[in-house]
Amino acid sequence: MNRSYQDSVHLYGRVWTATAIFLLLMVPTSICVRYNAWPEAQYVLKGLLGVAPIYWTVCIIEVLTYAPMLGTGGTYLSFVTGNLTNLKVPCALNAMEAAGVKATSEEGEVISTIAIAASSIVTTLVIAAGVLMLGYLQPILESPALAPAFANILPALFGGLGVVYISKNPKIALAPLAFMVILFLLAPSLSSSVGILVPVGALIAIGVSRVLYKKNML
Amino acid sequence: MDFSVNSGFLYAVTALVVVFVLAQSAFFLVKAARRARQLGITGQTIRKTVLSSALFSVAPAVAILLGVITLSKFLGLPLPWLRLSVLGALTYELPAATTTATAMNLSLSQPIADARAFSAIAWVMTLGIIPGIFLVLFGLKKIQGGVMSIKTKDPKWGNIFMDSMFLGMISAFVGMLFADIRSGVPGLIPIVVALISAAIMGVCGILIKKCNVRWLEQYALPISMLGAMAASIPVTMLMG
Repeated sequence: MNRSYQDSVHLYGRVWTATAIFLLLMVPTSICVRYNAWPEAQYVLKGLLGVAPIYWTVCIIEVLTYAPMLGTGGTYLSFVTGNLTNLKVPCALNAMEAAGVKATSEEGEVISTIAIAASSIVTTLVIAAGVLMLGYLQPILESPALAPAFANILPALFGGLGVVYISKNPKIALAPLAFMVILFLLAPSLSSSVGILVPVGALIAIGVSRVLYKKNML
Repeated sequence: MDFSVNSGFLYAVTALVVVFVLAQSAFFLVKAARRARQLGITGQTIRKTVLSSALFSVAPAVAILLGVITLSKFLGLPLPWLRLSVLGALTYELPAATTTATAMNLSLSQPIADARAFSAIAWVMTLGIIPGIFLVLFGLKKIQGGVMSIKTKDPKWGNIFMDSMFLGMISAFVGMLFADIRSGVPGLIPIVVALISAAIMGVCGILIKKCNVRWLEQYALPISMLGAMAASIPVTMLMG
């Protein structure tokens, strides 16, 4: 892979990310300054104690899991724009598959970045337009008739994506798929922490494929 | 200064951050598209990737908008708009906001009137999810270096390794579809919807390979997803 392109993506990626962190921290700071409303530390700590142990772990796991899949530019961008599992990662996978490029190639890197950038722009614009037209849209979006469609986004997404990848790699897919189906049948409450199970599935798949690869079965 | 969860100041701050996100996305889009042309990827492929990704993103974006509406009932519109446009996801923002509000004995059914309570929630929503982006800032080069060494050492294993990671993620989400199966027929709805999506994808695959409908390659997933979402409405009426 061309080093200068990679280096330049890292350089600009770091500048954009550092600016994003500064802006993100400035939001609550500016609220405090504008309204002279610095919060009591105990409430912030209580709130953080409720979410940080889980979400800090998930954040770190997500970076380690998704960075290799998304490529350099895609990672810098998607970790600022958020909504990874339900949007950015499937979007990047689909784009690379449709363009016929491998995630390990530089072509895969740029296609992934293009897909994530386009997805981020559209998502941001749709949310912004939705907020501005909320008076008109809210009754439609919250109508009981449409509720099943929005409740089933993940099955609709992973059904289509899954059939492509599983049919291409059935030998690798079998073990993690069987493990996850059995796990969720035994412990349905785990569906609220599916993010933590993604690296578990990945480790099982990598372990099985390593064994099959060593035995020349892949 | 009078405080309101829907104040002009909060809208202005949110708009600034939203413009930043758009600018960053546009910057990476242009940079990657230029590199793609240098690598010999055709303009048509780039355009199709952009269009297909845009189409694919509309339905999940509307779902995120529903998350904004959910949070707006007690946080107003600007803060949820900002949090769900940058870094966040409803699965995190809702617990972060409700945990902090509960710690302060605040009602979640009406807009927050106290600026200090609002700022406490804003801090928790921000600090609770920020470690990931710090790791990207300081650790991504090292992580990608490790991935590069796997790719260059044994390219065939590198491809299998990446496919395995993708399948690990897909397995977790496909497995999750079986979580509610013990609740009877309604618990089967997610599986039926996923099967419909898979069937539409299968039909698209046949059209692409057997009938040479090449343009479908880029749009098969958005079509499968939207088709299955539409089908979930009568499926839920029948099985719900």
